[in-house]
Amino acid sequence: MDTLEDIKATFFQECQELLADLESGLLTLEAGAGDSEVVNAVFRAVHSIKGGAGAFGLDRLVAFAHVFETTLDEFRAGRLDANPVVLRIMLRAADILTDLVADAQGAGEADEVSAEQLRLELQGLISGPTPCSAAPSPPEETDTMGFVPLQVCIEAPPQPTGWRITITPTAEMYGKANDIVPLLRELERLGPCATTLNASGLPALDDLEPEAAYLSWAIELNVGCPREAVAEVFDFVEDDCVLAIEPLAVSAAAPQPAAVDIDIEAFLASALSAATPAQAELTNPPPQPAPKVATAQEPTRELSVVPQSIRVDLERVDKLIDLVGELVINQAMLAQRVAESGFVRSSAVAVGLDDLEQLTREIQDSVMAIRAQPVKSVFQRMPRLVREIAAATGKRVRLVTEGEGTEVDKTVIEQLTDPITHMIRNAVDHGLESTATRLERGKPEEGTVRLAAFHRSGRIVIEVGDDGGGINRERVREIAIDKGLISADAVLTEEETDNLLFLPGFSTAATVSNISGRGVGMDVVKRSIQSLGGRISISSMPGKGSTFTMSLPLTLAVLDGMVVTVGEQTLVAPLTSIIETLQPKANEVRQLGPTQRVLAVRGSYVPLLDTGLILGWRTEPADPLLGVCLLVESDGGRAALLVDAIQGQRQVVIKSLEANYRQVPGIAAATILGDGRVALILDVDAAIALQTLPAFPTPLALAS
Amino acid sequence: MIEATSVTGQPGRELVSFRAGDQEYCVDIIAVREIRGWTPCTTLPQSPNYVCGVINLRGAVLPIIDFNARLGRGATQPSARHVIIVTHIGHRLVGLLVDAVSDILTVADGSIQTTPDVACDTVKSFVRGILAVGERMISLVSLDRIVPDLELEAA
Amino acid sequence: MSLTILTVDDSRTMRDMLMMSLKSAGFDVVQAVDGVHGLEVLASTSPQVIITDINMPRLDGFGFIEGVRRDEKYRGIPILVLTTESDAVKKDRARQAGATGWIVKPFSPTKLVDAIRRVAA
Repeated sequence: MDTLEDIKATFFQECQELLADLESGLLTLEAGAGDSEVVNAVFRAVHSIKGGAGAFGLDRLVAFAHVFETTLDEFRAGRLDANPVVLRIMLRAADILTDLVADAQGAGEADEVSAEQLRLELQGLISGPTPCSAAPSPPEETDTMGFVPLQVCIEAPPQPTGWRITITPTAEMYGKANDIVPLLRELERLGPCATTLNASGLPALDDLEPEAAYLSWAIELNVGCPREAVAEVFDFVEDDCVLAIEPLAVSAAAPQPAAVDIDIEAFLASALSAATPAQAELTNPPPQPAPKVATAQEPTRELSVVPQSIRVDLERVDKLIDLVGELVINQAMLAQRVAESGFVRSSAVAVGLDDLEQLTREIQDSVMAIRAQPVKSVFQRMPRLVREIAAATGKRVRLVTEGEGTEVDKTVIEQLTDPITHMIRNAVDHGLESTATRLERGKPEEGTVRLAAFHRSGRIVIEVGDDGGGINRERVREIAIDKGLISADAVLTEEETDNLLFLPGFSTAATVSNISGRGVGMDVVKRSIQSLGGRISISSMPGKGSTFTMSLPLTLAVLDGMVVTVGEQTLVAPLTSIIETLQPKANEVRQLGPTQRVLAVRGSYVPLLDTGLILGWRTEPADPLLGVCLLVESDGGRAALLVDAIQGQRQVVIKSLEANYRQVPGIAAATILGDGRVALILDVDAAIALQTLPAFPTPLALAS
Repeated sequence: MIEATSVTGQPGRELVSFRAGDQEYCVDIIAVREIRGWTPCTTLPQSPNYVCGVINLRGAVLPIIDFNARLGRGATQPSARHVIIVTHIGHRLVGLLVDAVSDILTVADGSIQTTPDVACDTVKSFVRGILAVGERMISLVSLDRIVPDLELEAA
Repeated sequence: MSLTILTVDDSRTMRDMLMMSLKSAGFDVVQAVDGVHGLEVLASTSPQVIITDINMPRLDGFGFIEGVRRDEKYRGIPILVLTTESDAVKKDRARQAGATGWIVKPFSPTKLVDAIRRVAA
């Protein structure tokens, strides 16, 4: 069973979701797109945080959430306008609430001063332009349901020896499913009771209305307990009955034992039989529900498509994914053994194995889908980041997000936050011009940063764009020369110049402000993306802005690959990077310079690279006419990778080389093939970069 | 099982001894996960000459180090007679290619001598101490030095 | 024989809290995440007591209680609403909708069990 600590962990986890809902709700409202459901959701988020915080005694969190909730309640009731000023305060309040949650969790520290300031601002929203002095604690609620004579009785110093209670329930009391039996049972728990049923109000059977209430009870409770204890028993029903609680004689002799001596069990039995018809129905449900009941409930039913869900430990899912990975490998090994044993394709064994393969693949897909998550969780952190950087730089920035629902494996999600955070920082800090410059250039004062996610050919693509001034290529060039990254006379294309940003050593103190910087350059971002099998590129238009595009595999667990032979080794090339496979003909291969070769592909030449040579698996170049070329798309344009033969396409389970060894140049990871041996997975970009030859000119146009 | 006969009063330790080239070495048994026969490796590009490659160890990718080559004593021509000692080095699993495993020794810490100064630098950096068992001289290997600069990649 | 209690709350924390308190008091628990779900769960289980939150998406506590009371089959099932100290107005509205009693948050397990005992036959 869950312990309190487990529930607390759940609470903080839920807080993250609620805070995300709160922020996205407020942003929707800010954009003027919200309806009452959004307002309700925003209210509920704060309300739920307050509720949970109360349960764990997180008083600071409760106090702030209470003020926030109160303001939101006004908002919900339509007494407070959804104008930009109000929403800006609420967004900042949401940020403070986030800090307070982190603080309560021990994961951060909330700034007491800004919390207090926001608290005043929130209260100011309700109480008008002149907020009354700080009265942060929630007003102590008086129990409005309190029984009037209560106070009088508390004052009465002598404790009575017992209480006489008379109760005459109304039909409403039964209508709310209250019943006399549990009440009498509760009184019995306080002390010995003598109970009398008064059935004098009961009419003749013919006049009896099934839903009406006719009975009353008189109970003598022979214990000197406080009046509140007795009143509390009737807390739920006091509005729906005629109730009197009077002290038994204060001084009088001890209660008569005879009066006490009543068999409560027997009494309960009699009380039960006196229950209302509604009650009787519950104890003896009718054999079939009346059809009109079903129709009565139909309208609410139609609303309901609740996706049922369960929570599962991530560890269990990961374990399952690992096991399915092993299953895939085992299935492949089995298939290979069967093929080697000479079974024909139509044999029952081979057909059965095909089915197994199909099934294995489906299991794997389904299992991977369990771990797939929308990128929303990452995107939702960005608005706050943008607000903070905007405030720090004095810029006005609007963040537009698209494709939040795009799903990707959890392993990838976790890796997205840092690069996206960095690119967003970069876009606001460096990408967008200052407000003054924007106005000068006739641009809207408010800059726009766009964050988008979508799927493209089996990968997830993330774009971070800004409508700023674009990359200042002259400046970039100067810096690169200053840093000795390029020679002063280097001739670079615009694209090559832009790519200088990714060079190690480019962003150093001189160009990195304390916002974008934090000691991380774009080279680190690029490398971390590459290590995930991803790519990053820039496109920039002077005066119009820049867009960083990164693409990553949907999962870091499996990969669709082309299995090829190079020398005596088996290699896997990621299918996503392969455009096509070609059988080179003699007239298509040209020598260029002493060692370089090119391959003519439909009117353009692409560099022809010998995979075996690159990876050091052979020392002499292979004959292209005896091999096969993989036409690949890489960072530096297209290239043809020469391999000896193609074995086929298949999905492989990615195994890390770093776990027991280290990163290997030109290699992304490893896998285990059907023969039980390890095969390496080629990192196409890195392998091409390994090519020690000087950069090849971009594809030459033949005759076009 | 452990005979605490050390003069310093420290408990003894168990060591696995093995042969590589014409020398005998040993490693702490705690570091040894299993011993298995040689299987062909998948060669890794751009690797030092003493890294034979990687093999599949029940689903994990296990790098194999040619122990003799690592000590600069020449590459081993692996055959079915050769043995891989699967060891824990830090949080990694690494296979050591050796000629054969000899036996398991129980020794007191005190009986391990420091490496003599005559040894060359390579040997000194891998050998933590020397112990004499009868006629045999066995070098105690310092495993953490065997796999170099694993962390320092992509500098 | 232990009572089965249906808890309806959109907050996972609150559902877990209720689950823990109720289970350790020996009750069986079924859960629903909002009013609509609550009505569905009600149709497929037969709880002896219902505990519901008020602020919930899709169908709030008031709507849920009305939905329960509209159906003759369920009219006798006691419903306790979860409220906060400052929600006197909501408490009254819930009672008008047909709530049997209320539990003030934050609640202690004892308070919770006391409230159930006061309404459970």
